[in-house]
Amino acid sequence: MNKIGETINKRKKLKHNIRLINEESKITQNMDLDIPEGLYDKCPQCGKLTNMKLNIENDYICKNCGYHFRMRAIDRIKYILDEDSFVEKGVGYITLNPLYIEDYESKISKYKKETSLDEAYIYGFGQIYGEPCIIGVMDSHFMMGSMGSVVGEKVTKTFEYAIYKKLPVIIFTASGGARMQEGIFSLMQMAKTSAAVAKHCSLGYLYVSVLTDPTTGGVTASFASLGDIILSEPNALIGFAGPRVIEQTINQKLPEGFQRSEFLQSKGFIDQVVNRKDLKKVLYQILHFHRRSS
Amino acid sequence: MNIIDKEKKLQILEKNINDLGDSESVSKLVEEVEKFKKNEMTKLSAWDKVLLARHPKRPKAKDFINYFSVDFIELHGDRLFSDDQSIIGGIGSIDGIVFTIIAQQKGSSVEENISRNFGMPHPEGYRKALRLMKQAEKFNRPILTLIDTPGAYPGLGAEERGQGFAIAENLKEMSRLTVPVIAVIIGEGGSGGALALGFANQVLMLENAIYSILSPEGYASIVWKDSSKAPTAAEQMKITAADLKDFEIIDEIIPEPFGGAHLNPEQTFEKAKKCIMDTYYHLSGLARIELQYQRNAKVRNFGFMQRFNYDNLKEVKK
Repeated sequence: MNKIGETINKRKKLKHNIRLINEESKITQNMDLDIPEGLYDKCPQCGKLTNMKLNIENDYICKNCGYHFRMRAIDRIKYILDEDSFVEKGVGYITLNPLYIEDYESKISKYKKETSLDEAYIYGFGQIYGEPCIIGVMDSHFMMGSMGSVVGEKVTKTFEYAIYKKLPVIIFTASGGARMQEGIFSLMQMAKTSAAVAKHCSLGYLYVSVLTDPTTGGVTASFASLGDIILSEPNALIGFAGPRVIEQTINQKLPEGFQRSEFLQSKGFIDQVVNRKDLKKVLYQILHFHRRSS
Repeated sequence: MNIIDKEKKLQILEKNINDLGDSESVSKLVEEVEKFKKNEMTKLSAWDKVLLARHPKRPKAKDFINYFSVDFIELHGDRLFSDDQSIIGGIGSIDGIVFTIIAQQKGSSVEENISRNFGMPHPEGYRKALRLMKQAEKFNRPILTLIDTPGAYPGLGAEERGQGFAIAENLKEMSRLTVPVIAVIIGEGGSGGALALGFANQVLMLENAIYSILSPEGYASIVWKDSSKAPTAAEQMKITAADLKDFEIIDEIIPEPFGGAHLNPEQTFEKAKKCIMDTYYHLSGLARIELQYQRNAKVRNFGFMQRFNYDNLKEVKK
């Protein structure tokens, strides 16, 4: 194997220790990607070879064109929350194979190894500049962040936990939609998560959803678009049907920038497109404005 | 040989009998036909049910509404953008009980199909449905939804006007309703487009209807990169009424006459009506807040997973 192959392999073997404390786990140390100095990667937007190490230091934004790279859930938590404030909840769900599809289980275990996650979603308690909130993050590296029974259950639990703690919820969405391999159960998660949002909403708590690249399908058509405040990262793909499906249906090419976050903002569906560098500050401001005095 | 071919064969056989009049060979042929009916037409595979659910002659939502309620008044438009033809909404009485009826309508001819967009609603359709549901909530009127759609429409205009946002809003508001909501899947229940009207207290389903996360063709083209394997996909996806009853996703199966609803629509309508009214009388015993609770509690249990139990682990360690 050549040197670049080795380094990529190394990159896949993520180092982070998750200590289990009963049901709660604290992600503490060594969550950095092990990327050597010399690794170059192609930016999907400008197509130039860029130094990944520098890009990552630049908050996962391309130094050349400002493209926002897709972040892993753990990086996102580390980036948005105060240091050592995250306490993960809802650990230990096991994905099953209700339709007996061959190689679904092996696919899941492959993704588990690659991403060191149980499923495409993690949630827990966290603080942003001292403001407490319940935070949930989807990871598009785990089977395109698709929503199956476990993801749906964990999203529902996020809101239930927030109701119990009387706290606002922030969810970062990144998903290709409902998980096809779990059939009708995945579809029902849309109703389940929407009902959870409605309950949380009816009690007067705040829910901020941050749409990141990509948010499509069943996730867009449920909890992602139900936030009291909906933010988005620049140039993120957001829509119900995927671009390819639309192109097949209408038999023509889609216009430039269609289904991107700026497009949705101009159509009136997103409150604000926020640059990743300002995201933490904006979220803090929103939480601060909605803080309850009692 | 799928159900459509069998249906054609049966028609030919029956025509032969009529042509022969009363010669000796008739009794033999009749026997053969009976045998064919018994052995071939009653065992339906999942793919047969898909074909029956999409059958062009299958009764559409409007036929159901016309049979259920003679005094149906249609209410148009979402008061925001336009009137979506693929969703019919209105008020009508069934057996003396006034319902708000919301239904997805496919066309029965080519022209009607085009104007109805093949039963694929745009966001304004869902917003019209939501408007009528809120109206029903105000007047404490039960809601009946009839579901028959291949899915929400994936097109430029639909995306521009927020298809995903409209469906999500429907799901959220439906979970807060405090009136009985009864959903009946009468044909195809395709994906989020069907669920946006299907978040109900009780979900009924016709025997040969289907309810799935995406079409068997779509599934086959994703899994095997070959959409002609749709029959296998239909089998694997568990989309028939019997399978969904097993999963407790739906509550009641409405039986269809021999050979599908289109061969005897009247009987189908009558059975559906009886089942809907039974369900309604069952639900009308609940208080308003109980209805809301029941709907949410039902949906809360959906899912197929396990959770690692840490308490058990501690015991083992001891």
